[in-house]
Amino acid sequence: MRVDRSRLPEVGADPAFRFPDIVRHTLHNGLQLRTIERRTMPVTSMVVQVDGGAVADPRGREGLAAMTADMLDEGTGSLGAIEVSEGLARIGARYDADAGADVTSLSLTTLQRFAECGVAWLAELLIRPSLRSADFDRVRQMRLDRLQQLKDLPAAVAERAFLRLMYGDHAYGHLAIGDAVSLGAMTLEDVTAFHARRFGPSRTTITIAGSDTHDGLLRLVDGAFSGWSDDATIDEPASASAGQPEASSRLTVVPREGAPQSELRIGHLSARRDSPDYPALLVMNAVLGGEFVSRINLKLREEKGYTYGARSGFDWRRGLAPFVLRASVHTEATADAISDCLAELEGIRGPRPPSDSEMVLAKASLTRGYPRGFETAQQVARSVARLALYGLPDTYFEEFVPRVQAVEAADVVKVAGRYIDPARAVVLVVGDHQSIADSLSPLGLGEPNLLAADD
Amino acid sequence: MRLSLTFNWEVYIRPLLSVKGKDGDRPGGLEDSILDVDSLALPFTKRTLANGLHVVVHEDHHVPIVAVNLWYHVGSKNEQPGRTGFAHLFEHLMFEGSEHHNTGFFPPIQQAGGLLNGSTNTDRTNYWEVVPTSAVDRALWMESDRMGFLLPAVTPERFENQRDVVLNERRQNYENRPYGLAVVALTATLFPETHPYHWPTIGSADDIRAMRLEDVQAFFRTFYHPANASLTLAGDIDTDRAFDLADAYFGELPPGPLPAKVGATAELGSEVRLVLEDRVEMPRLYMAWLSPAMFDQGDAEMDLLGDLLANGKTSRLYRTLVYERRVALDVSAYQRSQELAGSFLLVATAAPGGSLPDIAAHIDEELQRVVDAGPSSDEMERARAQVEAHFMYRLQTVGGFGGKSDQLNAYNVFRGDPGFFAADVSRYHDATTSGLRAVAARVLAFDRRVVLSVVPSGRRDLALSDSALVSVS
Repeated sequence: MRVDRSRLPEVGADPAFRFPDIVRHTLHNGLQLRTIERRTMPVTSMVVQVDGGAVADPRGREGLAAMTADMLDEGTGSLGAIEVSEGLARIGARYDADAGADVTSLSLTTLQRFAECGVAWLAELLIRPSLRSADFDRVRQMRLDRLQQLKDLPAAVAERAFLRLMYGDHAYGHLAIGDAVSLGAMTLEDVTAFHARRFGPSRTTITIAGSDTHDGLLRLVDGAFSGWSDDATIDEPASASAGQPEASSRLTVVPREGAPQSELRIGHLSARRDSPDYPALLVMNAVLGGEFVSRINLKLREEKGYTYGARSGFDWRRGLAPFVLRASVHTEATADAISDCLAELEGIRGPRPPSDSEMVLAKASLTRGYPRGFETAQQVARSVARLALYGLPDTYFEEFVPRVQAVEAADVVKVAGRYIDPARAVVLVVGDHQSIADSLSPLGLGEPNLLAADD
Repeated sequence: MRLSLTFNWEVYIRPLLSVKGKDGDRPGGLEDSILDVDSLALPFTKRTLANGLHVVVHEDHHVPIVAVNLWYHVGSKNEQPGRTGFAHLFEHLMFEGSEHHNTGFFPPIQQAGGLLNGSTNTDRTNYWEVVPTSAVDRALWMESDRMGFLLPAVTPERFENQRDVVLNERRQNYENRPYGLAVVALTATLFPETHPYHWPTIGSADDIRAMRLEDVQAFFRTFYHPANASLTLAGDIDTDRAFDLADAYFGELPPGPLPAKVGATAELGSEVRLVLEDRVEMPRLYMAWLSPAMFDQGDAEMDLLGDLLANGKTSRLYRTLVYERRVALDVSAYQRSQELAGSFLLVATAAPGGSLPDIAAHIDEELQRVVDAGPSSDEMERARAQVEAHFMYRLQTVGGFGGKSDQLNAYNVFRGDPGFFAADVSRYHDATTSGLRAVAARVLAFDRRVVLSVVPSGRRDLALSDSALVSVS
């Protein structure tokens, strides 16, 4: 056969794909369980989500949820931290505990034949961590040292400052790790109390994907978790209401002397994950900045050569989430890059609506590759756990593609007008202030508000 | 929290945690396998086209996607001094268009619902797409077009633009990143100027600026042709159809001459101590040794030694430096397996109150212990369990970096045998205490290594004594 190189081969009809069936169970103690049968590989993966992530950190104790998550595998029963890790290593398990914005998540992936053992380990660590004083001191010191190191990392400095600009004093306004002052004030009693009040079966959802029947998976989890019961003193979930504080200036600079690049964050609080506009927002972002081929990356990287890459997106959470554009640009291109970015934010609101080909590309990139996200047990468990996190229906996966397909260019312009506003966007630069200061003033963003890396 | 049941650790968890085989306590040696061998396999079919292109096919119909994975056997080791970073810059140009699709490579693949990327290292350059089954034709059309017809699409504008992008990649990942230039300094000392591992794959900024469009043509003709490439298709595709498509799209492309093999040797005759000042808060120590090349005798053992010494909470140095003595914030080690020669790196960041000389002394003690006594049987048993799990997890995805298609190409390009998976598992699973000990004794010598202290600017007093100042840009 001779290849016809006069045009690209057409893509055939999308192949059929059956998304995993999700079965919901409620254990006697109120724990919510979702099971998914996965027969492709002898691997079991599970995600435990406990309500209350960084958003549940008490004021002055920022970093408590993350500290508590970190303490869970420091010991249980007669075992210390090293023995716990050895036990997990013996079953080839991958374990992780992490405090997100809204929930604390534990995940564990292991070989199918060790599944019972893996589930037992998770229950042990979640329900009966030792929470010893010596471990607390060591873990806290490591986190303080980590904070110290993050000051050298421009991206970490930017994330921290940006959250603050977005949420101010709201519980979403800090990194999960907290800060030196709050970690310094933290005590073991804080951790013990947080664990006692926040961790309980009625506030926990488990998602498990494995090579077993739904009943088999239910028995597995029930065996390890059914004995857990709620403490009477459980707190209500932290409020997720949030609003962007009034800023004294739209421009914030964290000086980093001699930096060869400026780390940029541009954005504002925008939308909630459970918004009915979610599909349109996804398409809008795919046109604007979510993909390699989106407007912002094409402009900043492929046309201008200012950066190795620029992306935009929503940092979803249960409450109001920021829309944010992220890029690291050559220092001398800082002001031009900012002005290009702001122009792109304005453009999609009306002056430059998405073209037909942009719409086709954006929708196709979101929908046609969708089954790709369901290859491994871990991917499946995480995807289903995300439905639980945001209260989305079990039919979500099947409905996703048609909902995105139904979005039209007019919808994109409409949601861009409603949820994206360059005039409201905060511009944050972590970079060499001295060499960029003059070029920033013509942007009309006002006098920059200067912040130190650890402010 | 109140517990409603009395939990008996010894009764409930202990038995569950035991995964030993029936003679799992046999000291130091092999257990009867705990391997679930049946599911640990990577079957394939391989053919070589008339133009020399290797084609490997693996079927996996679980998800309606196909991984297209194409390796060119060229990396920064094939560059010349003064033109370092060229292989990687060239990789960027491969995404800018080819003669019959003379615009970006990304949109048609993303419009088909595909993911794509590429990467360059010292030894090879890889390109991959993961596409819905319905878009395999398109991915192969595009890969074959840039293999056969790249040059007409490389304009001066595109060349200059990607040169700027690469300079920004270098700034972002090396210059503006704490400790970002440490490994660059380290390998430049580990390998002599005559060795192509002397320079980093990203290249020097001056070399990148000095590159000319003419260099692109010669590089393309030498390295980018079917006889220097290996194509793997993995996923939801029938083997016969996969070979038909490979033949249709790539069969017409002319082969080029096989590039000359790069030969080079490296040897360290002494301990070299260096200090690098950087914008960092905590001093960090790097130790590096020359080690067995990829797949050579001792390579897997060094990999296991890295885990045993410094990876994860169960490792010896984590336990002593981070957990017990709290003089280090983190510690890690890895065997960098490469085609011409390997290197073994050990890295530890000092905690406040910890000093690099103290950390170095402790590392040396532990190294001596491993050389003298080797790992314990318990360590070997854990290592084997992790090896099995690691190889199993590697079989979960068909595409992308490290997926099944990438592994098949790695085995094919570096071993000439895509079926090396089973042997690869065995290299690790069959490793013994005495084997690890012997390799440790051979490689981890105190008087043949590079020791680099990275310290905050102006704090050279924190480095190991007698360290010579290096600067990297």
